Amino acid sequence: MLEVAFRHRFQGLALDVAFQAPGGVTALFGPSGCGKSTTINAIAGLMRPEQGRIALDGRVLFDGGTNLSPQARRIGCVFQDARLFPHMTVAANLRYPSRWRRGAARDFDRITRMLALEPLLQRRPGTLSGGERQRVAIGRALLSDPALLVMDEPLAALDEARKAEIMPWLERLRDQIRLPILYVSHSVPEVLRLATTVVLMQQGRVVHSGALADILADPQLAPQLGAREAGALIRATVEAREEDGMIRVATAGGPMLLPGMDLAPGQVLRLRILAHEVILAREAPPGLSALNVLPVVVTRIQGGLVQLAPGQGATHERMLAQVTPRSAKALELQPGTPCHAIVKSVSVLQS
Amino acid sequence: MIPTDWLGPQEWQAVRLSLRVAAAATLASLPLAVAVAWLLARRRFPGHGLLSGVVHLPLILPPVVTGYLLLVTFGTQGPVGSLLKPLGIVFAFRWTGAALACGIMGFPLMVRAIRLGFEAVDPKLEQAAATLGAPRAWIFVTVTLPLILPAILAGATLGFAKAMGEFGATITFVSNIPGQTQTLPSAIYALLQVPSGEGAALRLVLVSVVIAMGAVLVSEWLAWRTAARIEARR
Repeated sequence: MLEVAFRHRFQGLALDVAFQAPGGVTALFGPSGCGKSTTINAIAGLMRPEQGRIALDGRVLFDGGTNLSPQARRIGCVFQDARLFPHMTVAANLRYPSRWRRGAARDFDRITRMLALEPLLQRRPGTLSGGERQRVAIGRALLSDPALLVMDEPLAALDEARKAEIMPWLERLRDQIRLPILYVSHSVPEVLRLATTVVLMQQGRVVHSGALADILADPQLAPQLGAREAGALIRATVEAREEDGMIRVATAGGPMLLPGMDLAPGQVLRLRILAHEVILAREAPPGLSALNVLPVVVTRIQGGLVQLAPGQGATHERMLAQVTPRSAKALELQPGTPCHAIVKSVSVLQS
Repeated sequence: MIPTDWLGPQEWQAVRLSLRVAAAATLASLPLAVAVAWLLARRRFPGHGLLSGVVHLPLILPPVVTGYLLLVTFGTQGPVGSLLKPLGIVFAFRWTGAALACGIMGFPLMVRAIRLGFEAVDPKLEQAAATLGAPRAWIFVTVTLPLILPAILAGATLGFAKAMGEFGATITFVSNIPGQTQTLPSAIYALLQVPSGEGAALRLVLVSVVIAMGAVLVSEWLAWRTAARIEARR
């Protein structure tokens, strides 16, 4: 658990940042210039805040009296510009931390294999592509035996093709390495694919922090990630493959059907149901081409978005439906109204 | 074999002495020049401007003034010279004095070149090394120094060339004693004072040109090699 609370004045921006990052991937999300990079510099020990307290797993990194050096913090950093040492081979870059962080030296083979770095070992950073450089930077940070991995917009300097190339490696990292990750980004697709927790920042302040699924299904917060991104992120477990090839999954709101995919029973998925893909009906609609109709209860109505609790509301998961105020009025929607959510399409985020 | 008899023994002596003086001056002042360049490039402290001014002084002062100040300070009667004499360290009228004078005259040139190198190194690379656990001294040796190697080589070459050509401060401080303190420029000067010396002087001029060109070429080549190593071998 990373605990951050500090104040700092920096280039005319008054930073007042406070959040907690549990395990998994925490995305620090906000527009450029909102103080994200300053925040991670403070966490990594590359900048001294005016006041505050920063602790990692109960170990105080910074408070009024303590200010651990970057060397003593054990925070692995992956920077936007990779920052590989240009005069060393890839292998020498990867082995650079091993003299001081012996814990990681034995992981060399495992990590070079995981990131497929073996073919690059004898090359120099100047001959690598942007995506390869970031992979090496990730490997080097992991080999510093960190207690936390901080990634500062690691994809921002890459073109779309390179981003698509490196994203699966980040997902592998999240799923295979038990290491908390703080991921700084202003890109919604990256946050959606990687994060479990989101810290929303604006103009030097934390506007909200919480589970990604809660933010996406919050009518007030979701638009901050982009109007088209509002919608549910719900857990589903694969149950069986139907005779016609469709996959039946169990969700908190009841069974749902997904188009045939290579999924094994028992596999846990994250489903994205966008607010504009959901239609509400007061009565169970007869004769409908949509396959997935879930019983829901309205919990909140705000700004053209209706928040819904699937099933009998026994779960904390929430869905969103985009409904115009006129329709909401016509359907007499208000908190507590039972409805049927007609889901036009579902996308699957691998878990 | 290259014929050596086209220069007289005294002239060869001057060439050898000059090489020795220039090498000693360069090697002895290089570590200090690196340290001062680092201070000026990377640290902000009270007296920063003063230090910069003092370092540049030999560049601005007439060399004769620098030589005279050295004589007053490091001469056997001077405040520093009289302290060093019981330790067996004497600069006055010795080749070591010539090396001291040449080192001081070349110092600002070395510092300027190396300081540019420090300013060109991205401190973010050093920060990255710190997050990987390396202590600051180790980062300096393994990251900073290799990256500024071309600048250090350039500074050393400039210092060496300056030492080879230094005349005013040297002759004022340690005089012009053949075999002791008579460097190449002093020998050329002495030869030009006598009617029959013009031929020998011309030959020594040729030697200085060759040595200076050689030093520049070697340093260019070393800098190119380091840069190629750092950039990438494609």
